Amino acid sequence: MPLTDSLRDDILASVPSLRAFAISLSGNGDRADDLVQETLLRAIANIDSFQPGSNLPAWLFTILRNLFRSDYRKRRREVEDAEGNYAKTLKTQPAQNAHLEFEEFRAALEKLPQDQREALILVGASGFSYEDAAAICGCAVGTIKSRVNRARSKLSALLYVDGAEDFGPDNTVRAVIGGNGG
Amino acid sequence: MKEVKKQGGLNAEIQSRIGHQLRAMYDDVVRQGVPDRFAELIRKLDGPEAATATQAGGDTDKNNGGN
Repeated sequence: MPLTDSLRDDILASVPSLRAFAISLSGNGDRADDLVQETLLRAIANIDSFQPGSNLPAWLFTILRNLFRSDYRKRRREVEDAEGNYAKTLKTQPAQNAHLEFEEFRAALEKLPQDQREALILVGASGFSYEDAAAICGCAVGTIKSRVNRARSKLSALLYVDGAEDFGPDNTVRAVIGGNGG
Repeated sequence: MKEVKKQGGLNAEIQSRIGHQLRAMYDDVVRQGVPDRFAELIRKLDGPEAATATQAGGDTDKNNGGN
């Protein structure tokens, strides 16, 4: 499909979520933006292979995910990035408690195996259907479902292992989250 | 790797917290919008068809013998 202005606009509109996906995958804002840039370059260079009418965000996410994968294999997590690198990418610094909670959550997310992390993010945050997520990851829908489930249980074990029965006083997560009602 | 003890008992409350945190983290970045460098990049990059378009520019394929 030719690179029309409206296609450019659609690509542009996907950038915020591409960045969010890249940051969630890599845990590193700078690297995430490099990934996004590379994704955009590849997407535009290969725009001919995009099927008009198909899911543009899913196509872009697939490119980004594959780039991340190959990049990741190369680097093998050379640096466990200093804490707060992710937080630096945020415009609004969360309040102190929320910040703590946030760091806790991010750390837990990073402990997930990559397959599970990406599945959880695609379905739970990016809002893709299981089918789209499966297409993005190049696996079966059932595989995505089970990865998402395992990711959820692992996160809940990491974050709330004592929590299900017994929220200790040091569990800021509970306090913060509990207070978000309206 | 140890699995969660109360696998079956992953209660809805915890799951909804996890979902909430995940989206909060993600949406924080989404709300930043499009950094200028990317907007510029998308605006100025040419797709692959641009190269062929310029080549074909001079000689539009008129069907020969159009009398």
